[in-house]
Amino acid sequence: MNFNLLKEHEMLLKLYNEFTEKEVKPLAEEVDETEEFPVKTLEKLNKYGFMGIPFPKKYGGAGGDILSYALAVETLSKACATTGVIVSAHTSLCAAPIYEFGTTEQKEKYLIPLAKGEKLGAFALTEANAGTDASAQQTVAVKEGDHYIINGSKIFITNAGVADIYIIMAMTDKSQGTRGISAFIVEAETPGFTIGKKEAKMGIRGSSTCELIFENCKIPQENMLGKEGKGFSIAMKTLDGGRIGIAAQALGIAQGALDETVNYVKERRQFGKPISYFQNTQFQLAEMETKIEAARMLVYKAAFLKENKLPYSREAAMAKLYAAETAMEVTTKAVQLHGGYGYTREYPVERMMRDAKITEIYEGTSEVQKMVIAANLLK
Amino acid sequence: MRIIVCIKQVPDTTEVRLDPKTGTLIREGVPSIINPDDKSGLEAALKLKDEKNAHVTVLTMGPPQADVALREALAMGADKAILLTDRAFAGSDTWATSCTLAAAINKLGYDLIIAGRQAIDGDTAQVGPQIAEHLKLPQVSYVENLSVDGEDLILKRVFEDGYHLIKVKTPCLITTLKEMNEARYMSVGGIFDSYREKEVEVWSLKDIEVDHNNLGLSGSPTKVKKSFTKGAKSAGKQYNVEAKEAAKIIVDKLREKYII
Repeated sequence: MNFNLLKEHEMLLKLYNEFTEKEVKPLAEEVDETEEFPVKTLEKLNKYGFMGIPFPKKYGGAGGDILSYALAVETLSKACATTGVIVSAHTSLCAAPIYEFGTTEQKEKYLIPLAKGEKLGAFALTEANAGTDASAQQTVAVKEGDHYIINGSKIFITNAGVADIYIIMAMTDKSQGTRGISAFIVEAETPGFTIGKKEAKMGIRGSSTCELIFENCKIPQENMLGKEGKGFSIAMKTLDGGRIGIAAQALGIAQGALDETVNYVKERRQFGKPISYFQNTQFQLAEMETKIEAARMLVYKAAFLKENKLPYSREAAMAKLYAAETAMEVTTKAVQLHGGYGYTREYPVERMMRDAKITEIYEGTSEVQKMVIAANLLK
Repeated sequence: MRIIVCIKQVPDTTEVRLDPKTGTLIREGVPSIINPDDKSGLEAALKLKDEKNAHVTVLTMGPPQADVALREALAMGADKAILLTDRAFAGSDTWATSCTLAAAINKLGYDLIIAGRQAIDGDTAQVGPQIAEHLKLPQVSYVENLSVDGEDLILKRVFEDGYHLIKVKTPCLITTLKEMNEARYMSVGGIFDSYREKEVEVWSLKDIEVDHNNLGLSGSPTKVKKSFTKGAKSAGKQYNVEAKEAAKIIVDKLREKYII
């Protein structure tokens, strides 16, 4: 057993930290305040190879491993959870399923520009009446000759409106239940496909979250991802991988909040001394640090298992559950240790607390993670 | 165009402290970086690679750990990296260092040699110019801007109170200022390549032809007499007087200290 990072991981961290410090952190407050998608940051992420980290070079990627990708999402999220989720949703939910389930032609046409960062990706499963019960899909795809006609709508879609390529789940055979769901690759410019309402959110406010609307949207048969009826299975496997990304995002948010708090408690003076001198502060920090480290071990282990093609569904669920709950707890404590200042927008911890909440909800709520973990125990 | 960029791995002096007892640097736990002036020189070379298809070799003399600085340069886009490392080079001052580097450069083809103005851990600004002297090359120091004009380079050499625009024929050596540009980041793919596909060539004493009297500590004419931490300044003295009287006090003080 070896807990050491490889030399290349150490150098990646040097890059990720420098990039985050100079390019991401200075914009985090503004991105939250204005709710504007950080287009300029995305251009830089593309340029330096952040958008295709775990894919082979022949498909336009950086040729890295899953841990290298998780480290990137973690580091970016220390300063800006919005930036973290843009990378995570693009990589795990759009590029990854094309890499894992796509045909050679689909990889060449879609994965290469996604991994190179020339195109941005998104993934659409959730509907108004199909959330945790993802099987209750109402979007339908009806075959007509060599095309499918898609009708329906999706909600809460990350990167929507900005993305160029979408993975869409739709019912191709209602009588088959989850086995009647198929996955499609849909280009943003396709006639009949429009972007609906943009959500005003509590956190990750720079991330674009919108409704997708399909009205007689004609998709060529060659854009079906995997076989007909395999969509639900593809979606579940994709979300297993996505959980590593969101767990890494949660881990980053928690670490960022702890770093801010450590600096603050050394400066803030009450009763004639820095509040870091008080045992209550020290014990709170110790608990935050310990939970973050435990979350980190779970995230890195899940990344290791996926990289080595070992079963990782249970571990990814545990990593996501624990890292998300840790992010919520640590950011709440961070605000408490900042006192009144922590509640103001003058300090970043209130933003981090708002950002943390979504990690307990999207890509499977904490309750869904518990269902996955328990199902593994009881099978 | 073949470019050699000489870089030095240095402790990040923004995070370094001195041991008050011994007066030496506390290097423990201090991150190592590519010296900022050198990194700008590297960026200038990489721009010439982007625009003119130049071939960029990075060269450093240092302990085996300096491998990381070279990999970083490779991850930024350099084509080739050479680490000059040997126990015989240990303790080199600027003279021994420039002799050793010049001997290595002699084995490589080049049109342009770039060195940073000075290293943040030594601040001598001597190694670049000395290499030019050893190789009998024209040199332009303190370069803040560079453009290519056929076989020549147009260089902006900056002083505190002005600048020179100099046209120089290649081959030549220039020393660059960190103000010259903002160096690019490594790329994610570049980092994997630097460890998996590219190599750092390791050269030792036997790989270069150099006068052994000019090597390492014994070949270094510089003798460090004493090193010390600059003492804290006193609080100073305040005078609440008229401007004219203040001017007189200042002039008297400066005279007293033989400054004027």
